[in-house]
Amino acid sequence: MDLTLKIWRQAGPEAKGEMKTYPISGVEEDMSFLEMLDYLNEQLIDQGIEPVVFDHDCREGICGMCSLFINGEAHGPGRKITTCQLHMREFKSGDTIYIEPFRAKAFPIIKDLMVDRSAFDRIQRAGGFISVNTSGNTIDANAIPVPKENADKAFDAATCIGCGACVATCKNSSAMLFASAKISQFSLLPQGQPEAKERVLNMVNQMDLEGFGNCTNTGACEVECPKGISLENIARMNRDYLFASLSNNK
Amino acid sequence: MALDSKIPAGPLGEKWTKHKGEIPLVSPANKRLIDVIVVGTGLAGSSAAASLAEMGYNVKAFCFQDSPRRAHSIAAQGGINAAKNYQNDGDSVYRLFYDTIKGGDYRSREANVHRLAEVSRNIIDQCVAQGVPFARDYGGLLDNRSFGGVQVSRTFYAKGQTGQQLLLGAYSALNRQIAKGRVKMYARHEMQELVVVDGKARGIIAKNLVTGEFERHSAHAVLLCTGGYGNVFFLSTNAMGSNVTAAWKAHRKGAYMANPCFTQIHPTCIPVSGENQSKLTLMSESLRNDGRIWVPAKKEDAEAIRAGKLHPNDIAEENRDYYLERRYPAFGNLVPRDVASRAAKERCDAGYGVNKTGEAVYLDFAAAIVRYGKEEALVKGVNNPSDADIKALGEKVVEAKYGNLFQMYEKITASNPYKEPMMIYPAVHYTMGGLWVDYNLMTSIPGCFALGEANFSDHGANRLGASALMQGLADGYFVAPYTVGEFLSKDIRTGAISTDSPEFEEAEKVVRERTDKFINNNGTKSVDFFHKRLGKIMWNEVGMARNEKGLKQAIADIQALREEFYADVRVLGSANGMNPELDKAGRVADLIELGELMAKDALERNESCGGHFREEYQSEEGEALRDDANFAFVSAWEFTGVPAEAKLHKEELTFENVELKTRSYK
Repeated sequence: MDLTLKIWRQAGPEAKGEMKTYPISGVEEDMSFLEMLDYLNEQLIDQGIEPVVFDHDCREGICGMCSLFINGEAHGPGRKITTCQLHMREFKSGDTIYIEPFRAKAFPIIKDLMVDRSAFDRIQRAGGFISVNTSGNTIDANAIPVPKENADKAFDAATCIGCGACVATCKNSSAMLFASAKISQFSLLPQGQPEAKERVLNMVNQMDLEGFGNCTNTGACEVECPKGISLENIARMNRDYLFASLSNNK
Repeated sequence: MALDSKIPAGPLGEKWTKHKGEIPLVSPANKRLIDVIVVGTGLAGSSAAASLAEMGYNVKAFCFQDSPRRAHSIAAQGGINAAKNYQNDGDSVYRLFYDTIKGGDYRSREANVHRLAEVSRNIIDQCVAQGVPFARDYGGLLDNRSFGGVQVSRTFYAKGQTGQQLLLGAYSALNRQIAKGRVKMYARHEMQELVVVDGKARGIIAKNLVTGEFERHSAHAVLLCTGGYGNVFFLSTNAMGSNVTAAWKAHRKGAYMANPCFTQIHPTCIPVSGENQSKLTLMSESLRNDGRIWVPAKKEDAEAIRAGKLHPNDIAEENRDYYLERRYPAFGNLVPRDVASRAAKERCDAGYGVNKTGEAVYLDFAAAIVRYGKEEALVKGVNNPSDADIKALGEKVVEAKYGNLFQMYEKITASNPYKEPMMIYPAVHYTMGGLWVDYNLMTSIPGCFALGEANFSDHGANRLGASALMQGLADGYFVAPYTVGEFLSKDIRTGAISTDSPEFEEAEKVVRERTDKFINNNGTKSVDFFHKRLGKIMWNEVGMARNEKGLKQAIADIQALREEFYADVRVLGSANGMNPELDKAGRVADLIELGELMAKDALERNESCGGHFREEYQSEEGEALRDDANFAFVSAWEFTGVPAEAKLHKEELTFENVELKTRSYK
């Protein structure tokens, strides 16, 4: 198929960026979206044009490294997929495709379509863990039974891949879905209880410090989330946050 | 240098406990004076960095991805083995040890494997304490499933995302130490060179991939946790960035590379669809618990399917060849990976393949859906269910078990595996070979350690399913943090290592020159052009079946390719700032050299064992013929300048606790 690509090019963090147009032909239906970009890059190299820079790694929808805003949607058309799982059969010959980076104040652009999402790591460092040393002598795993329903919900929350689609989609650039997924995972498990209050207070505080916005319940994040992380997690986080704020002695 | 595996004396079951007790301790005050570099943040790297920091060492951790959480361990699907015997099916440490030795076709070290089986149980306890959400049954206790090559259920899992959950657990432990300032994390950094001072690994040259700057980092020990080198085949299930550079730089500086030809070709991957494909996707081995593998029994049916004139659902039961069940009745669809892969190749080579290219077989869930559907109907009290009811109920059960895998398959292929069988074919997945290490996981360079897939130690010639996660976490949480003590306890008076020494100077110079060469090369072909050609040579001649003539040809072809690469590769842009093409050029340069050594290793190993199948050495039925009299050793290669002229050191494998037998799954 023949396509017209409109791609955001930006030489560096401080450089001024712009949309550039690249016509491309010979794209096959079975190509993934990123393979289509590989194909474009091979042609650009042949023409002596610097290839388009974008983040990617596992190419099977689990590492969370790929991003891209495609035709105005995080990870493009299609639900519950990452950009690397998007295939060209979703487009038709003659289409014009707009490809932009994930945009948010807390995600500065590094080059072209690549952004810096290290703010997510700093939110996790603020409390996204259970304080247990590697002793090898923790109690037997089956000595901590967890009701299946809670275990399943904790798992669903834990499947967040940290891609940032929620932030890129949200009109407030809020990271509430991301933060609440980790907070919920631990909130639903007995192992997470001792540090529950500090965790929610510290992670929410870090989220604010990084410059992410607040949640106004539009639900766009849930729609665009490649892993279908539920809004219910935000509700749980808000409940935990309120409880922790009121009962914290510090 | 002679190889000393440093396996402790004493009975097998007591070696590790005794050895651990005898490793000199480093006092807390002295640990604060010791720096450790950890390269890679997958399961082995994250867990090692976190554990060493907890113990009090100063840790610097490096990963090339934008966050430590993205390392490719994240993509492991099926599960992690542990000898817990929660299912009361007769599992034990000894049985896990035995299965692993046998599964590895008797080419791994007894002592290492037994240690792995021992600590497997601690891993599950540790992960649950961290809040890893493993699958549970209705009683709230942990659930298990079966994997290939074993007859017990010892695999713990979190749907098809076990690697993700375990890595996020290790990442959380790492984050806790980063927050405390005990680990300094360097993301988007790639190791470019190992620095050896007075014969000891004392640091690395790392490239900041965002700015393009080279940084000198010193330490008292360097841990390489950098994964495998499956990307030498271009198409593999590895992530795009997975590479051999860190391990290869260590190899060039004196670390021996062990059994590099032992490659795992995984039987159940989505088949290749076209020339522009960039990677292959695995469908977890756990699917073989319920999926039945088959091809048409009649060649004309296979031809009709390939021509698009026949649908697999229309082939009657008696006209299907469930070839694994036919050839290996005892293990059926759950034979080990190497056996299943070769059997698929055999059928496709014989003309029974079922996709356009003739390189695919079916993985069929229809029988499992009916079986589960009937069970559910009984449990739910549905009287006289119709076939449609049974199917609907059964599909729900299958979805709960493998939902994400089925979705992944459908996204890639646009075919619904609930309604028609999956098409699968073997693909490169894991490398059992790697840096040679002793019992302490130290390479032949003192102070340089290798953990996880980067070392060679535990899986012999074939890895069993759900054992990679086990080994990564065993090495990182429970082995290396202790065994590094033997080396580091001698370093308490050394003081901080300077980065101004001539060795650091020289290492940085080498890296700068290499980078400048690529940028100024003015060639005509892209990096991928060469990488794809390397992949084709490797897949055709050093893949699932190998022979002397092909391997010799491969060595010649790879050497020619290397010359062409340096003469004609084109890297645009500059060395300052983000330049992924430049980084890729460095990685592919090292993969080309490694490919040559793999072919050399395969050529010298005149036997068939595990993933290494030499066509000259097979039985009349096409089964692998191992040669224990002449090849029960580890091939450890010393770099001499040209990979194909590497010097061979042999570590003889002695088996005191298991009897060497022909591996049979019949």
